[in-house]
Amino acid sequence: MLTKRIIPCLDIKDGRTVKGVNFVQLRDAGDPVELAKIYSDEGADELVFLDITATVDKRKTLAELVTKVAKAINIPFTVGGGISTVEDVKVLLGAGADKISINSAAVKNPGVIDEMAKEFGSQCVVVAIDTRNMDGIDFVHTHGGRKPTLLKTQAWAQEVADRGAGEILLTSMDHDGTKSGFANELTAEISSSLSIPVIASGGAGNMPHFKDVFTFGKADAALAASIFHFKEIPIPELKSYLIGEGISIRK
Amino acid sequence: MKVAVIKYNAGNVQSVLYALERLGADAELTDDPEKIRSADKVIFPGQGEASSAMTYLKARHLDQLIRDIKQPFLGVCLGLQLLCEHSEENDTDCLGIFPVKVKRFIPENSQEFKVPHIGWNELENLAENALLKDLPDPKFLYYVHSYYAELSEVTIATTHYIHDFTAILHRDNYWAIQAHPEKSSTVGEKLLSNFLSI
Repeated sequence: MLTKRIIPCLDIKDGRTVKGVNFVQLRDAGDPVELAKIYSDEGADELVFLDITATVDKRKTLAELVTKVAKAINIPFTVGGGISTVEDVKVLLGAGADKISINSAAVKNPGVIDEMAKEFGSQCVVVAIDTRNMDGIDFVHTHGGRKPTLLKTQAWAQEVADRGAGEILLTSMDHDGTKSGFANELTAEISSSLSIPVIASGGAGNMPHFKDVFTFGKADAALAASIFHFKEIPIPELKSYLIGEGISIRK
Repeated sequence: MKVAVIKYNAGNVQSVLYALERLGADAELTDDPEKIRSADKVIFPGQGEASSAMTYLKARHLDQLIRDIKQPFLGVCLGLQLLCEHSEENDTDCLGIFPVKVKRFIPENSQEFKVPHIGWNELENLAENALLKDLPDPKFLYYVHSYYAELSEVTIATTHYIHDFTAILHRDNYWAIQAHPEKSSTVGEKLLSNFLSI
């Protein structure tokens, strides 16, 4: 049986792992390669690296980090942050990333999703969607969730799937950093309307939150950062708990 | 030990090379027929689309080279599908090493079963085979694919998604794995090290 995935997310700044609470306040949580290896050994199903300071001159540094990670671990990983062109993707996949994720660049130029899917295959194109609810309507936000757009989240999710995205990484900015649970309703709505997997992100605070997002939220995978980095929830414990709750999980 | 990893137009194979490196193999990505023929082991990885991959292989006569290989040969992911007889992906005639057809997953219920099949799933119905020796439990592998090989008499392990499908094939000196062993943690590593020991 296909299992639900647990995905630690490592935010990278200047080659180090950090996690922003609501993306603003940053704390240092260590060396990304070492952390990746620990997560892989602990049973993480996949990893996501988000380069939150990605600028053109940093691209080479990021590719070097990707190579180090690819050499060290034997589970899949996605790299995101500041990726906007087919050339950016080529460099990162060539360095050993399994998938890339794009966010603001896709909103700015949706055609880039088609281009990337055509060039490298849908399986390696993850579209990250940051969403925030405004007066009862979910709108896509860009630039780390700071900038609202006129795109409605559900419609945008459908569009990126139609354009060839292989997976959606859905981050609720309303839930991110709150530790009050994932955005289950919105995740379920999007996951059940699409034929591609949805990774839920934002709001994980305890183990039942993961159970909820896999059941009520119909998520295919759940992503979290700080609760893993600061060992509030050890991955082996989380997995045992979920198996005990009847969720299909890789041991 | 020299391992030739066949270079063609199908996807990122860097992680296959890294995985072989971790196992201490001397692996080289190459489309040089001499290097492929003289290697101790040959690996045929790949991710991508079947018909364009076949066109590319034929144009470089790699199709015949693959059929003539005598040493242990391992297809991975798209590599498995290309070693089969035919793929529904753009109605493609493949290499025909395995008398097996490749079909597209058709979910009965698209909410429950998404296509591609992405994630970790379990190996089942394992036959006695050198490739499958002493795999650690539980036997989860990482999959990313929309097409699958049908069950056949050369199937040596299955996985269940929507229905049972072929996870691993073996015939003569050819083996093939649908999942990505290079991304499948300790189980995948054991599959690769078993292959290197054949």
